[in-house]
Amino acid sequence: MALTGVQVFKLLPKTNCKKCGFPTCLAFAMKLAQGGADISACPDVSEEAKTTLGEASAPPIRSFAIGTGDKAPKMGAETVMFRHEKKFVNPCAIAINIKDNDDSLAAKAEEVANSEIDRVGQILRVEAISIECASGDSATYEAAVKLAAEKAPEAALILNCKDAAVVEAAVKAVADRKPLINGATDENAEAMAAIAKANSCPIIACADGLEALSALTEKIKGLGVEDIVLDSGAKSAKEIIVNNTQIRRAALKKSFKPLGYPVINNVIRDNAILEASIASVAIAKYASIIVVSSVEKWKTLALFTQRQNIYTDPQVPMQVEQKIYEIGEPTADSPLMITTNFSLTYFIVAGEIENSKVPSRLAVMDSEGLSVLTAWAAGKFTAAKIAVFIQESGIGDTLTNKELILPGQVAILSGALEDKLGDWKITVGPREANAIPTYLKGRE
Amino acid sequence: MSFVVPKESFNGKVASVDFGKDDKALTIGGDSALPFLSFEGELPNKPVVAYEIQDCPPDDWPDTVREVYKDVSGDPVTWAKYCQDEQGAKAIALRLVSTHPDRGDKSAEEASQTIKDVLAAISVPLIILGSNHIEKDSTVLVAAAEAASGNNCVIGKAQEGNYKTIVAAALAHNHKLIAMSELDINLAKQLNILITQMGFDKNKLITDPMCSALGYGLEYTYSVMERIRLAGLAQNDPTMQPPILGDVGMYVWKVKETVASEADVPEWGSLEERGIAWETLTATSLILSGANLLIMRHPSAIENVGKTIDELV
Repeated sequence: MALTGVQVFKLLPKTNCKKCGFPTCLAFAMKLAQGGADISACPDVSEEAKTTLGEASAPPIRSFAIGTGDKAPKMGAETVMFRHEKKFVNPCAIAINIKDNDDSLAAKAEEVANSEIDRVGQILRVEAISIECASGDSATYEAAVKLAAEKAPEAALILNCKDAAVVEAAVKAVADRKPLINGATDENAEAMAAIAKANSCPIIACADGLEALSALTEKIKGLGVEDIVLDSGAKSAKEIIVNNTQIRRAALKKSFKPLGYPVINNVIRDNAILEASIASVAIAKYASIIVVSSVEKWKTLALFTQRQNIYTDPQVPMQVEQKIYEIGEPTADSPLMITTNFSLTYFIVAGEIENSKVPSRLAVMDSEGLSVLTAWAAGKFTAAKIAVFIQESGIGDTLTNKELILPGQVAILSGALEDKLGDWKITVGPREANAIPTYLKGRE
Repeated sequence: MSFVVPKESFNGKVASVDFGKDDKALTIGGDSALPFLSFEGELPNKPVVAYEIQDCPPDDWPDTVREVYKDVSGDPVTWAKYCQDEQGAKAIALRLVSTHPDRGDKSAEEASQTIKDVLAAISVPLIILGSNHIEKDSTVLVAAAEAASGNNCVIGKAQEGNYKTIVAAALAHNHKLIAMSELDINLAKQLNILITQMGFDKNKLITDPMCSALGYGLEYTYSVMERIRLAGLAQNDPTMQPPILGDVGMYVWKVKETVASEADVPEWGSLEERGIAWETLTATSLILSGANLLIMRHPSAIENVGKTIDELV
């Protein structure tokens, strides 16, 4: 729990020596409480006070990355229960589970390596591979882990094996990739934590239920490993949503440190659509890693998209790219409409044009994510700017008749636009998107 | 430090709304906890999924979902019976698409006859939806309410521009009512207030804050639903306590991801599974944020959402 300025002040020497750069200890304390200063600026503070302040200022959910390199998925550091309160921070990583004796291991690992796609300007990918020790054989497991690491050189690795001796050999084989060890149970915690500590790897704490899990994370932390991922043993969707909610609430609302870690959920099901559905439950409800059985393109596209939706910043309007979008299969005679690049505006306008079944073009102009009226009021959707956009797009050369349909809300711009786009006809369209189908059909 | 279950209890409660009749009647709502968190409150009714049908062939539905119904969708009665008898639909949502001025402009009388025919053929509850044309709906849904009198249907959607006549008709014929606003919690609240001020019982209202498809504004619908539910439970705001509708199918089965072939977009994989997953994940996301009633199209998506719900409760 964060301390107040007065609580911090009580821990300081109260000498007002100014060495920290602040005029008084109280002023320094206030700044510390807001996170605007560092305790190390005070040369006279006691070690005990440093420890107390350090613990108080640690994030309620520990943050770290799995693996190495730029693409290593970050996790933890979440601050809220609901996405409308504040942006969810680190998107849930997707991991495929592959058995060490699976003949198609190399092909599946390559599938992960090639899973990148671009969606509305973000590069999305399957981030991790979980290699399961199904063979029970140390040599087989180590070879499988090496092969997966080689075929998917940028993927984070999760070593899914509860036998410490087998894990130790595998960890050493890919130590430079900092694999996530899966993991520590009450029985093997000492041995597993020792391996994690020796190789600076994160570890999964596996227990059945949150009480046992809390005790286990304390034990692991006591053994010197702090980068812990929680596996509460949740299997059904109900256990996933209940456990994950209780874990996040305990960490955020009760400052309960033993559960202040990222969460992993196994969502593997026999039926691929159901698996995607259960995966979406975990993504929406606080998982930091989900483990799936397969990464078909249709499935990852849907999961990437849902993850993107959940992790979008609610305070920053989503924007779509400025360009002329084709809807249906427009010809040189098809109508050209214009709107702004606020994603919701675009989705609704484009959706209504689709509903009309009239092939059309929709010019989407960069208005910094503002809707039509707001953008107009803010001077970002003006006749001059629209004219520049339309001329630079060169779209006029591809049309039989140079006609631009304006949103009815900004009918006021039509005169000025006609002046600036001399050879264009400017038409005022409907005020509301739901009138677009009738309007477009009426033109035909 | 020992773990204590962090529970939250709320003063507010979602209204219980029943529809349909006899042993096939359904109840939604009644929640006194956030979705699926049954350890801290009552969640007496599972979310319900209704099969969407329409009063004319679904020429504008993409192949993946149109093919499923190709032998039955020529006639709404056959289609409704197929959903009830072959697919095991618990509820059916009949959309009166052909009353739209651009889609056939059928009269309110023709729509009434269709409703009577469908009601005569099925025993599961019926949700009657207009064509989402503000003016036309205000006459079609009034006639529909009368045609369905005595069947305890759900009628919708009443919107800001046409709610008065539709509310009066639902009141007169004792139906439940869907109030729809456009992705804004304040508009949803305002419309619910206007409707209850007409003497409509707030316990007969279902709120539709407007759906969006996965990847096409889903985050807005998700958060508006979450905020409505929190306002109803935590702030005990009676105007925010109706059960919530997610009209999923019509928003999903037009986006590019449910239409574009694998040949056109190879990096998106199989179209069939992609479309079904798109509808499934949209629906699953919305039941997590508070939807109590869903309207969906593809039987496989409906089945998988049902399995997800069964796992969640």
